Parts: sequence; structure tokens; C-alpha cells
Amino acid sequence: MNGVHDMGGMEGLGSLPLEADEPVFHEPWEGRVVALNMAMGAWGRGNVDAFRHAIERIPGPQYLSMSYYQRWLVAVTTLAVRGGLISPEELRTLTIDPAGEKREPRLTAERVPAKLASKAPSLRQTDKPARFRIGESVRARMVNVAGHTRLPRYVRGHIGQIEFDHGAHVLPDTNAHFQGEQPQRLYGVVFTAHELWGGPAGDAIRLDLWESYLEPA
Amino acid sequence: MEDQDHDHEHAQDAGQHPPAPKALKVKALESLLVEKGLVDPAALDAIVEHYERRVGPRNGARVVARAWTDPAFRERLMTDATAAILELGFGGRQGDHLMAVENTPEVHNLVVCTLCSCYPWSVLGLPPAWYKSFAYRSRAVIDPRGVLAEFGVALSPEARIKVWDSTAEIRYLVIPMRPAGTEGLDEEGLAALVTRDSMIGAGVLAAR
Repeated sequence: MNGVHDMGGMEGLGSLPLEADEPVFHEPWEGRVVALNMAMGAWGRGNVDAFRHAIERIPGPQYLSMSYYQRWLVAVTTLAVRGGLISPEELRTLTIDPAGEKREPRLTAERVPAKLASKAPSLRQTDKPARFRIGESVRARMVNVAGHTRLPRYVRGHIGQIEFDHGAHVLPDTNAHFQGEQPQRLYGVVFTAHELWGGPAGDAIRLDLWESYLEPA
Repeated sequence: MEDQDHDHEHAQDAGQHPPAPKALKVKALESLLVEKGLVDPAALDAIVEHYERRVGPRNGARVVARAWTDPAFRERLMTDATAAILELGFGGRQGDHLMAVENTPEVHNLVVCTLCSCYPWSVLGLPPAWYKSFAYRSRAVIDPRGVLAEFGVALSPEARIKVWDSTAEIRYLVIPMRPAGTEGLDEEGLAALVTRDSMIGAGVLAAR
């Protein structure tokens, strides 16, 4: 979706908040949000793409006025309601529905170290041959997707070169909508700064783009 | 500003320290989820402790120092960073698919995530506020030299910039150039010189 989250190339979005000796969390509640996300994730009712899309669906004016972990909090609660773990009424009132199901936590303290060390690769096996070769020129497709995509607006319609083949990876465009992983070949594609912005010769921008985002140039 | 906490500032202005509304809401949500048996508060404590104390840029600094001192490791790192970094014991979340990109006198690499805030947690910890800021996400791809100037980084005019926009699950670690004057340092001494920002490409390491 063409949301405010897709901000590559914009100007006027404030200054860099540079801070010496920055703490990991500026407020204790921020750490609790990170932890709640992981603990709720153990229920397997969401995925990283659905999480990102829940953040993208925050209306633009709110997205821009919320802090980073406030946006995370929205995604955590959105996925909890969608996954049937809490009811919309419970979220609104932050009060338990006595008729609701009582469970046992999936992620106990003893399981945290294993969870933190666990892998969640997006790489998948594929027998399909790659459509594009290293060095080949490709055009990022000019599409406007209503749902989730990882094809930023700033490269759409522009020509780049295939620089790397990462193998097949879970496709965010479907996974975010619980329509399956539908793995696709992922390529490292390099665009010149001149092609994208009329920028200085020699400078370049590289993105990781799925096969269906690209067409032969 | 994106990451300022106005609620907290107001609480301070009032000369007392009641919990900020955001904190209260998170606390109430946590209580609800605990009451429903969905989360274990001790597990939450352990996760927070991990991100506050166990992971961070020290991990990445060890990778960089090893790459500078061990050519065979550097070779493995450049070929398969995920496996090479796992040799040092750094795996886990947001570290499943890593690539190392080396700065040279000719090419300076800079990492960003324009769409959200993808970052190599396993080697750098959670990202700093500036990395997640709208200013960085929007400008790093269109004006990398201007952004670098704000970090006090002035590249030589002949150096080219390559910006890596983390649009998939591949995470990028910049290997900064080893500073001049560090020939006598061992791996540990070198690791102590490597800054977080230099491993994102937003910093360079000064000669000793």
C-alpha cells in the first residue's frame, strides 16, 4: 500500500535524533512492548509480515505522531485480536472477559533462552529456475498494490541490475495477509542514484526485491 | 519528534513522577494478558534483560575485529556471513540471513530500512532512535552524503556511496576500514575501537 511508511526519498520529515550513550529503551514500557511481542508471537497467530502490515495500516497522521514502540504496541494488539487471543472488547477496556478462555503461557521464562536463540529463516527450497541472471537489467514494476508489499515507491518503474541471487524467500505480499508463504526468488538489485534521483555518478542504492516485483528491461 | 515521549516530559514538568499514560496502558495490557494466561511476566523480564544487557554492538565489533585480523575468517565472512558469524556464537533473531559489506577507499556502504526499521539485531542489538527516525529512513537513500555529514562523516570526493535498503529478511553488517595506526593492537583492542555507527556505515573510524 502507498502509505506514509514508504518514506524513501521524502524530505522534511524532521532532523536526526542523534543521542550520545543512548539507552536501549528510553522508558521501561518500551522494553515490555518488545517482550510482549515475542511472548505473544509464541502463540503462532501472526508472522513478521503481518506485524509490519499492521503498523502500515495505522492511519498516516497517527503513524507520524506515534513513537516507534507505540506503533509496535498497535501491531501486537492488532494481531492478538485477529488471532482470537483477546477480544476487541478486552482490548478496548483492558479488562478481562470472565467468560473468555483461560490459557497457559506458551513462552515461559525457562523457554526464553531457546526462543531467543531460535532461527526463523525466510529462505525456502525451490526447484524453479531463476528468471533473471546476475548482471541482467530489470525494471521494477510500476504497480500500486493495495495490500502489503516490500517494493518501495521510489524504485517503481526504474531500471536496475541484478547483482545477487538470494534463493527463494517467503513472499511478504501474501504472508502478511495469511495467504501462505508462496516463496519466490529474491534478488539483490542495484539502481544508480542517477537513475532514481538524478544523483551523483557512481553512487548506488541496492534493494532486495522478489521476482514478481521485476520485469525484463 | 518521533521518539520523544511527551507524556514523560509532562510528568517531569509537574515535579512528580506518576507513570506516563503510555506506560499505564502497557501495564494494563500486560496485566490483561497475564490474567488470561497468554504471557508469563517472568518471561517478559528475561526478554527485556536480554536486549538490555546481552546483545548489542559489542557482538558486531568482535566480528569486525576478527575479520581484520584473520584473513581466513574474513574470506568466510564475505562468502557466508551467517555461518561465519555463528562461529563466534552470534545467532538468533534478526540474524538468520546476514551479509557483510566492506568499506574501501573507493566504496562507502550505508545501511537503512526505508519501509520500517530492519536491523541486524544478532550483531548490533536493537536499533538506535536515529536509525528508526523518519529523517533517516527518508533521506538516507536520496541524500546519503548530507546524512553522513550530519554524523560528521566527510568522504573523499572520489569515494562512491552504496546504500543498502533492507527490504527483505537479509540483514547487512558494514565492515568499516581498519584505522591507521592500529597495527600493534590485538583482536580485543581492535574490537574496542569499533563503533556501532561504523557498522551501519554512519560512522568511520579515526586513525590512532
